[in-house]
Amino acid sequence: MVLSRRESKMIDTLKIKQEFPMFRNGIQMQKHPLVWLDNASTTFKPDCVLNAVSLYYTHETSNSHRGDYDLCFNIDQKILETRQTIAKFINCKPNEVVFTSGTTASINLVAFGYGVKFLKKGDEILLTQAEHASNVLPWFKVAEMTGAVIRYIPLDKDGRLTIENLKKTITAKTKLVAVAHITNVLGYIAPVKELAKVVHAYGAVLVLDGAQSVPHMKTDVADLDCDFLSFSGHKLCGPTGIGVLYGKYSLLAKMDPFMTGGGMNAKFDMCGDVGYLEPPLRFEAGTQNIEGIVGLKAAVDYIMGIGLDNINAYEEELKRYAVSELEKTNNVTIYNAKSEAGIVTFNIKNVFAQDAATYLNSQGIAVRSGQHCAKILIDYLGVVATVRASFYFYTTKDDIDALVRAVKNGGNYLDAYFN
Amino acid sequence: MREIIMDHYSNPRHKHAPVGEGFVSTHSSSVNCIDDIDVFLKEEKGVVVDAVWTGVACAISTASTDILCDLLIGKKSDEALNIIAQYDHMIHEEPYDSSVLDEALAFMNTSKQAARIHCATIGWDAMQKLLEEKKS
Repeated sequence: MVLSRRESKMIDTLKIKQEFPMFRNGIQMQKHPLVWLDNASTTFKPDCVLNAVSLYYTHETSNSHRGDYDLCFNIDQKILETRQTIAKFINCKPNEVVFTSGTTASINLVAFGYGVKFLKKGDEILLTQAEHASNVLPWFKVAEMTGAVIRYIPLDKDGRLTIENLKKTITAKTKLVAVAHITNVLGYIAPVKELAKVVHAYGAVLVLDGAQSVPHMKTDVADLDCDFLSFSGHKLCGPTGIGVLYGKYSLLAKMDPFMTGGGMNAKFDMCGDVGYLEPPLRFEAGTQNIEGIVGLKAAVDYIMGIGLDNINAYEEELKRYAVSELEKTNNVTIYNAKSEAGIVTFNIKNVFAQDAATYLNSQGIAVRSGQHCAKILIDYLGVVATVRASFYFYTTKDDIDALVRAVKNGGNYLDAYFN
Repeated sequence: MREIIMDHYSNPRHKHAPVGEGFVSTHSSSVNCIDDIDVFLKEEKGVVVDAVWTGVACAISTASTDILCDLLIGKKSDEALNIIAQYDHMIHEEPYDSSVLDEALAFMNTSKQAARIHCATIGWDAMQKLLEEKKS
């Protein structure tokens, strides 16, 4: 593998790529070296994460809180250490960290455990048109079950969520505002701290979707003052099937469990009297994804080692570079040139997004085409589908150059079909 | 072959709402892509007299569905099902009778781009369903 060092000093991509088997193993796609530009979808895993998962199965296997022996005690300690690591990572208390299967499960837990319990007919839930399906459909369900009403905070002309538009939309009936910290199609960073002030002034709660933000920028829930935050492990170099719901403890304490079963009750009898455990265990029924939990800890330690501020600054640099180089081809329409995150959403001129993505696949480049699970945004962008290239700290300018070279030849997209 | 696909993509002949009575229809879409189409079929005395489609689709699904409509019109129901069966064999790299496929042969390389198999068959699967329902 030929790697060059054209990136800024803060991130050593050459060294980093050697820590990832998916790079080190020289994986190819369509006989081309793999260019992985679908990081908003999922990310590759470094050795330290794979080793942590493997170690659990080779040396540490046990269930959690189920026995009086050392192996079980040790794994309970590891789970506790993971909660402490996450608490440090997002600046909360360890007992405010609930393990889930990912962002979707986290948001559903808030929707069913909090929304369904506390919202009433006529109450308002505010969303935006840029939300991922995971931050829309659970709220549709809450509305259906409670009679609450869904309303949308308008985006500005660039697709950005602004304080002014929140102020224009929020009313005394608003009980819950659910928005992404960074949107998954356009990549704008929402002004969360200011949003939270307005939301709280109206006595509502702010539910933050951190799936695209927590892996890429420093997230301090105490400073942001959001009430809930959801994120997934696999988007920050951790395993799939593990994620986190942060909730302010006072809110978690009021919430109902979404799932009931073993490991979350303190006692119950045959008359149906059940005493649930306190949060976070109340929300963790059944045997947990223990390999995921230990893998998540390794991933978060790894990310903190590189430094979120470094990652954030580096991705901004990549974004500027990609936008500038893609624009030079004169062969693309970019829909989010101004946004901060390392996500470029575009179309090759006169090529349907899916045909473009297949063509890029034939060149070894992995991008995502389609509506990116934010189907309502299509009304906003005015296009049926787009291509999305998304970066992470291991992405290089060489990767972006490969994309740009391919885009220049995008008119020959049917080559993918005949070569 | 490239020209055939581009021609049917840029200028599909059968992409319009059905004209007249007597059509059966079905909807087809995918969680994995954008394709979202309706196909319409009209048979008289066991013969396909019209086949049309509407919806949103990429170049591959647009051209493949449009070529399918071309091939089906005027065919007996059994012939139509055989064309679809042979196409299916071709797409999945099994032995097939190329003599009935005409312009649909343009899609013979689909298996090399596995992610596109769905695009090349979305309209075909839907029409097959309609033909089989008619038959039974």
